[in-house]
Amino acid sequence: MKILEVNNIRKTFGNVEVLKGIDFSLDKGQVLSIIGSSGSGKTTLLRCLNFLETPDAGEIIVNDEVLFDAAKSHITSESQIRKNRLHFGLVFQSFNLFPQYTALENIMLAPRLLAAENNYNGKSKSEFLTQLESQANEILAQIGLSERKNNYPYQLSGGQCQRVAIARALILKPDILCFDEPTSALDPELTGEVLKVIRGLSEQKTTMIIVTHEMEFARDVASKVIFMSDGEICEQGSPSEIFENPKEERTRRFLLRYSGK
Amino acid sequence: MELIIKQMPVVINALNAGFVQTLKLFSITLLGAFPLGLLIAFGSISKITPISVITRLFIWIIRGTPLMIQLLIVYYFPGLVLHNPIWGGGESGRFTAAAIAFVVNYACYFSEIYRGGILSVPVGQQEAGLVLGMTKRQIFFHVTLLQMIKRIVPPISNEIITLVKDTALARIIALQEIIWAGQAFMKGSHGISGAIWPLFFTAFYYLIFNGIVTLALTKLEDKMNYFR
Ligand SMILES: Nc1ncnc2c1ncn2[C@@H]1O[C@H](COP(=O)(O)OP(=O)(O)O)[C@@H](O)[C@H]1O
Ligand SMILES: [Mg+2]
Repeated sequence: MKILEVNNIRKTFGNVEVLKGIDFSLDKGQVLSIIGSSGSGKTTLLRCLNFLETPDAGEIIVNDEVLFDAAKSHITSESQIRKNRLHFGLVFQSFNLFPQYTALENIMLAPRLLAAENNYNGKSKSEFLTQLESQANEILAQIGLSERKNNYPYQLSGGQCQRVAIARALILKPDILCFDEPTSALDPELTGEVLKVIRGLSEQKTTMIIVTHEMEFARDVASKVIFMSDGEICEQGSPSEIFENPKEERTRRFLLRYSGK
Repeated sequence: MELIIKQMPVVINALNAGFVQTLKLFSITLLGAFPLGLLIAFGSISKITPISVITRLFIWIIRGTPLMIQLLIVYYFPGLVLHNPIWGGGESGRFTAAAIAFVVNYACYFSEIYRGGILSVPVGQQEAGLVLGMTKRQIFFHVTLLQMIKRIVPPISNEIITLVKDTALARIIALQEIIWAGQAFMKGSHGISGAIWPLFFTAFYYLIFNGIVTLALTKLEDKMNYFR
């Protein structure tokens, strides 16, 4: 079942065309790995999907609902954009945890504010908060951080911070969870714990888009791989198609550079 | 020495009265300059170019000239140049003029600190909030504000401690604050004349007041240290 369809996304900064018409689709439960050299537009693509950038052209369709259509983007209200964002989650390279909140508070903040606007969905406030907290505790257990839930971000290692950031995105139950180089800011010995959490999510059939330079991981976890180059999708296919039989010269050269290290 | 002990009660009474005026000027300045500074800060980072240019020019003029001259201009300009002495001659008129000059001056200094505070919160914090479906308002109050306050407490503290001492500048327009009260005993006041020690004695008031203010601000800073 198709969950995401991206049609002809274009984005220009100044006079540089950073995305030159991106098309792809994704089925529910699939994991998409996006690889490509730095500057090829991977981050910009994820930012467009999360409505941090507005594409100049194209469409974003989730579950057959057109969330974005560049032709109509000027009439999209702030509150509609907010709703659209909740279909996606984004885990940043630099975590971006809120420093003044504990791990648990970081996870609970957004759903708490959202529920407060909706009168706690008909529940009493304390009943809602109890349920939310037990939900957050469940996720914390899943990412192996139950003991650190009352720690502030500065008391956590980079790997632990990134796991909390994943939990913070997960509690909102996004349709598609995006990762932008989730391990690039980490010391090499800490990447494993984060990749393990992501792998666990893929086993639970979480639909994900993962931008990464961890080639081995990209290949293991993905059901589909996109190689981006210079603002375009140069090649897409199954992991074995891309990693073992790349058709494009650019893909081959890129993989060669990465297998060297 | 014996004489000083005899004069002490009278002098203390007069200095206390002056100190009340000092405290009043101090508090009004803070109460006015905190919000006005925020307004000026928003003006200086406004996306509407004329607003930000005019605001920055104003900040530059106020920070580039001595507060003492600003006091003199605010107090004397209406009467001597415009021939419209709006302040009158009394103590309350002098206080209003002093308060206006102090509030505007400190608001400009605060605005630069606020501006630095607003810009120093990484843009990633705002983006993380947006991606989690929060509104800009929720992000400001639940994410950005406290981080901003944490960053501005130390520089604002420095300004507040400077303000304690700057209030003495209001002496230049004869506001009856504590320096004025101490000096009065040189010329003659309350039956005491030719005494300079009361003026020197005012230093203790500033020291003790500053001590209390510094303690309170340090406590606030410590409170903010639970996160980094
Ligand atoms: N806000 C921006 N303004 C101008 N140029 C940008 C902006 N964001 C990204 N770019 C440019 O777009 C190109 C693609 O960047 P990015 O999407 O971050 O690539 P990647 O994540 O693949 O490294 C780069 O050349 C970058 O300099
Ligand atoms: Mg990037």
